[in-house]
Amino acid sequence: MSSRSASLDWESLSLRFTFAVITGIAIVFLIAPSLIVILTSLTASASLRFPPAGLSLRWYAALLNSDQMLAAAWTSLIVAFWTTIICAILGTAAALALSRAKPVWARSFDLLFMSPLLLPALAFGFAALVFIYQLGLRPSIGLLILGHVIVCVAFVLRTTLAALTQLDPALLDASASLGADQLMTFRRVTLPLIGRGVGAGSFLAFMASFDNVPVSLFLADERTEVLPIHLWQQIETNLDVRTAAVSGVIVVLTLVLMVLAERFAGLTSQMR
Amino acid sequence: MAGRDLRLVLPLAALFAVFFVAPLCVLVALSLSTGAGLHGWTLAHYIKFFTDSFNYSILWSTILLGVKATLLCLVFGYPIAWIASRASARWQAVLLFLVILPIMTSVVVRTFSWIVILGRQGLLNQIALGLHLTSEPLRLLFTEPGVVMVLAQVQMPLMVLPILTVMSKLDPNLADASRALGAGEWRTLWRVTLPLSLPGVIAGAILTYSASVTAFVTQTLIGGARLVYMPLHIYQQAIGANNWPFAAAISVTFMFAVLAVVALLDMLTRFAPGYVKP
Repeated sequence: MSSRSASLDWESLSLRFTFAVITGIAIVFLIAPSLIVILTSLTASASLRFPPAGLSLRWYAALLNSDQMLAAAWTSLIVAFWTTIICAILGTAAALALSRAKPVWARSFDLLFMSPLLLPALAFGFAALVFIYQLGLRPSIGLLILGHVIVCVAFVLRTTLAALTQLDPALLDASASLGADQLMTFRRVTLPLIGRGVGAGSFLAFMASFDNVPVSLFLADERTEVLPIHLWQQIETNLDVRTAAVSGVIVVLTLVLMVLAERFAGLTSQMR
Repeated sequence: MAGRDLRLVLPLAALFAVFFVAPLCVLVALSLSTGAGLHGWTLAHYIKFFTDSFNYSILWSTILLGVKATLLCLVFGYPIAWIASRASARWQAVLLFLVILPIMTSVVVRTFSWIVILGRQGLLNQIALGLHLTSEPLRLLFTEPGVVMVLAQVQMPLMVLPILTVMSKLDPNLADASRALGAGEWRTLWRVTLPLSLPGVIAGAILTYSASVTAFVTQTLIGGARLVYMPLHIYQQAIGANNWPFAAAISVTFMFAVLAVVALLDMLTRFAPGYVKP
């Protein structure tokens, strides 16, 4: 009896140990690159080496003088802002409809709205470019935003649908029987209860739009340069430490936004 | 009533009809036409693609790249999900936060940090040289193993999250019953937990695969100009060579190849045992 429980313990320990080691390696693998890029950006020298040769903030100061970089960042913020607004409105409306629709309708629409996440985004970007040329239009910031909405709206739809399944329909009946009309019920009952879902989805949509390359590559006109494409070209052509500094800014801002999203929208629980 | 409820989906459905379905139809039409003006039907672009070994070797290596990155994600992602599903709520939140953090960080930034790590004078080479594991710098950047590794890091969360979702819905009594019947932990993992969590594994594989094959930024920056995968091929033909009908044919072929693998994986779900605690 005692030998059996000892062998069970060994089995249990060996499994736990193996999986804990793999998880440890994976976590280092996941986190280290972001830390290394921040440390590299603090270098005092002009070369991208790790560990950095001396510490300074000179490359962050240099960012303030890179007009192109700042303009690209501003463009990206504007595009991501409008994309998020449109995604939040259209996505929440669609989720409300799909949560009440017949299963066959809900499934077909869900598949349609999810498919941009599975199809190669670059192929969609090219298709959109071909299409607007056929219509006699040219790339513009408005069309760029619509393209981003197509590839980002799935995030809002997903989290909002998940929040709606948690919503007790009796609450809506109660609101209606107390004399509230549909709009009032939505504003005072539904929205407060699904707000965290909408918030988490909007955050994901914002990040996805801010980071999008494949659609922007085709739909941005010559004057509109978004930040990820600007960085991509910088890295391909003349790599310098300013790229590391922008990366440092992006990593820190992402971290701050994620902590806020976790605090106010329960991001990690929404993503499961 | 049903009609009224569906009204709210119409704005998004209309946008998708005009800006998603219609462009894809135009893309297919363009891939079948002789010139850029959508007139005259021909299969020439597809014939050109499939009779030129350069073209279909790119397709093949892109699919293989996706498979390798997905497997690497699974090897690391499954243990993370297993550990997280057994951790206390607090630790689970911390683990999940660490897993989600990289996918939220801009992909250009994440890829760029790998250039600093994998480059000739990068961190890995300094360590390898310092420990005398190698006499000259290893070539890590611009190689396929490098691309696979970076893709795995970039897409890992897409594997962990679906597995964790399925695993945390599993009835813990099943694993207990397996142990009570004398199976060890490894055997329980292999015979009970793994088969039951297969739907999560497949969902994760679909997401990581479709994200890896289309990861334009990572493929071009880590793979360089010599390792050409389908997204770069489409971009070069569309923007560089300005050959739109051919680029359209490549895009359509690529989309079908991605969807075929996704459909294949999805079919596997039907063979997975479907026991999840309601």
